[in-house]
Amino acid sequence: MGNEFFLNIDYTTVNLTGNRAVATTVNGQIAGPTLVWQEGETVTLHVTNHLKKSASIHWHGIILPPAMDGVPGISFNGIAPGETFTYRFKVQQHGTYWYHSHSGFQEQTGVYGAIVIKPKKREPFKVDKDYVVLLSDWSDEKPTTIYKKLKQMSDYYNFSQRTVGTFFSEVKKKGFSKAFSDRKMWNEMRMNDGDISDITGYTYTFLMNGQNPATQFKALFKKGEKIRLRFVNAAAMTFFDVRIPGLKMTVVAADGNHVKPVSIEEFRIGVAETYDVIVEPGSNKAYAIFAQSIDRSGYALGSLTPNKTLLAKAPQMDPVPRLTHRDMGMDMGSMDHGGGMKCSSGMKMDKKSMKKMKFAAMEAQQYPITKLPMKRGVQTTMMAMSPKYRLDDPGVGLRNNGRKVLTYADLKNRYSTRRDRKPDREIILHLTGNMERYMWSINGIRYADSKPLQFHYGERLRITFINDTMMNHPMHLHGMWSDLETGDDNHLVRKHTIIVQPGSKISYRVTVDAKGAWAYHCHLLYHMAGMFRKVVVA
Amino acid sequence: MKKLLLGFITVIGLGQTAHAGMEDDPLLTMFVMDKFEVRNDDENTRVWEGSFWIGHDINKLYIYSTGEATAEGIESSQNELVYSRAIAPFWDLQAGLAYDENGDASQTWGEVAIAGLAPYYFETRAALLIGSGGNIGLRVDAEYEALLTQKLILTPSIEADFYTKDDSEMQLGSGLSSLEAGVRLRYEFVREFAPYIGIEWEKTFGNTRDYNAVDDTRAVFGVRFWF
Repeated sequence: MGNEFFLNIDYTTVNLTGNRAVATTVNGQIAGPTLVWQEGETVTLHVTNHLKKSASIHWHGIILPPAMDGVPGISFNGIAPGETFTYRFKVQQHGTYWYHSHSGFQEQTGVYGAIVIKPKKREPFKVDKDYVVLLSDWSDEKPTTIYKKLKQMSDYYNFSQRTVGTFFSEVKKKGFSKAFSDRKMWNEMRMNDGDISDITGYTYTFLMNGQNPATQFKALFKKGEKIRLRFVNAAAMTFFDVRIPGLKMTVVAADGNHVKPVSIEEFRIGVAETYDVIVEPGSNKAYAIFAQSIDRSGYALGSLTPNKTLLAKAPQMDPVPRLTHRDMGMDMGSMDHGGGMKCSSGMKMDKKSMKKMKFAAMEAQQYPITKLPMKRGVQTTMMAMSPKYRLDDPGVGLRNNGRKVLTYADLKNRYSTRRDRKPDREIILHLTGNMERYMWSINGIRYADSKPLQFHYGERLRITFINDTMMNHPMHLHGMWSDLETGDDNHLVRKHTIIVQPGSKISYRVTVDAKGAWAYHCHLLYHMAGMFRKVVVA
Repeated sequence: MKKLLLGFITVIGLGQTAHAGMEDDPLLTMFVMDKFEVRNDDENTRVWEGSFWIGHDINKLYIYSTGEATAEGIESSQNELVYSRAIAPFWDLQAGLAYDENGDASQTWGEVAIAGLAPYYFETRAALLIGSGGNIGLRVDAEYEALLTQKLILTPSIEADFYTKDDSEMQLGSGLSSLEAGVRLRYEFVREFAPYIGIEWEKTFGNTRDYNAVDDTRAVFGVRFWF
């Protein structure tokens, strides 16, 4: 806490798996120290690089001058070995954020930590205790080795693939011709419905505040207290599905910004997102803070406990999810929304059709579209034929699981955005890739071959993403907020990282109020080098 | 040959740009020994089939080698050196040279090939060979990996060779020359290392049969490894 911070990036030997490995750390620890700032004050951060390679720190989601953003090659030259770079900027926001290296694979090997910014004004809720819950993924393998293996054999880490047995059990269930025809499109497109995560628990150990599931992070409470948990997904590649069995969670902030409180039992947190939730443990027992990886290959675990020696047990992981035709961007007609007709009580149907109308309204919006270069070729193996807004879709593996799962459609800005400007124009960006060759790009063009995106200073821009791949991509725009359309223009939720579900589309609005050069990219670390654009605001 | 190699390396090196922070498309290599086995025949024939590549996402240099050896030494081999370029999401176009040995005889070919993943996950390669003596050859192979479990993998494979001319020294006859079909069951202790057992059937046809009559079914034992 304070206004001046000294951060040292260095090599540290760690043991997170039972084996010793060398990490890159901030001030010798994983995760790095939580930085507590005060809204309205100016902070000074001296970052010294003790590594043999160039390093950097990026303040994720923080609104600041472009030279302070910490992206080598765009904001500055990086911090050379042995050098200190001093960041200084005024803090103009509050909430839960995080920081990480934007150099090489240093984020994978430990250069990350949380940022908590205390608000100037009193918040619209009161809590008794406040904990950061920072999730991450760790591997004893070198990231360059992991990347090489993915390029050599893109399903190297996937041990949840379909087997011959899967097919035979489907034949038993549906008959041969139905089972075969269901597989037809996947086989013709050479797509794998078990392709959920590129890198899995086979090599990853999942951490909560730097603790593995055996050592466990512990958050203490007294019965009846209101506890605020600030979840940060600081993983390189892992989406987590988070729940605390036995407790409801009230989501009060997303990506640092207040949202209308929504009570849920589970939420998916994409890489680089943050969520603040409030829980009220009612009995004197240990509750598991359970964050299973999206592909169910492992989990991070902590305990919300009245007593440090009392630890919670992990619940069973959910079954391995399978992608559906919906995730390929196929038109599923009336089946499309929120998981089909099964659970359709009249009430729900009404709600659903209302949502549908809202999405139709989003679909009907028309702004002048600025055409961007687009290539189809080696870079792209798939095209979403009929991409849909799927804001009320909890996503693969969470559909119809019997729990109340947060979706983007539930997120509403706590404050009115009624007066926000309407967009002046729109750009459409396709997220593209070739999973077989492990290449990632935007509009079929990788970063190295791309021209910067031109944003006009002062404009209100609508950005629509279409995901032509089978993976979730968390898209992060530096320097400016992303105001997500969730069906209610009066309460656009303000985020810095937006998950684009496989085969879907999503739109958000950006007030282009920050001159300079900014990074814009997929936050999955091993996708980033290709699925990246430089944005120039002038 | 040296010049050719240098030329390849120049082509492969093109189009590389530095990236802020991370290399999108680093220079990588891969060595795969797909078959390294002993066949249960009179001579305990040893067989290898492997490949090596060096390059980037789009441009690679490939070496393929396959052959048979007995206690007396190498009996025959087929070796290829090709430049490989990704031309479609799942397909590479390749061009280069091939060099076959059969006993004391040898044959050099110019080569054009297409390699990739066909629909329904068939790993496929078709090579058109143009021989120094005017012979033209076509070699086609396909392989499928059926996962019995995540680590136990059944691999049926098939290869067919065709030529336009007879070549008694190389023991190649015109038309369909030979067919090989096999099925191997491997267990991947790790992805990179998998011992296997299998059955291999091989038959020669037409004039090739006059030079070298083969119609054998043999058990094979081997190991597949890569790095």
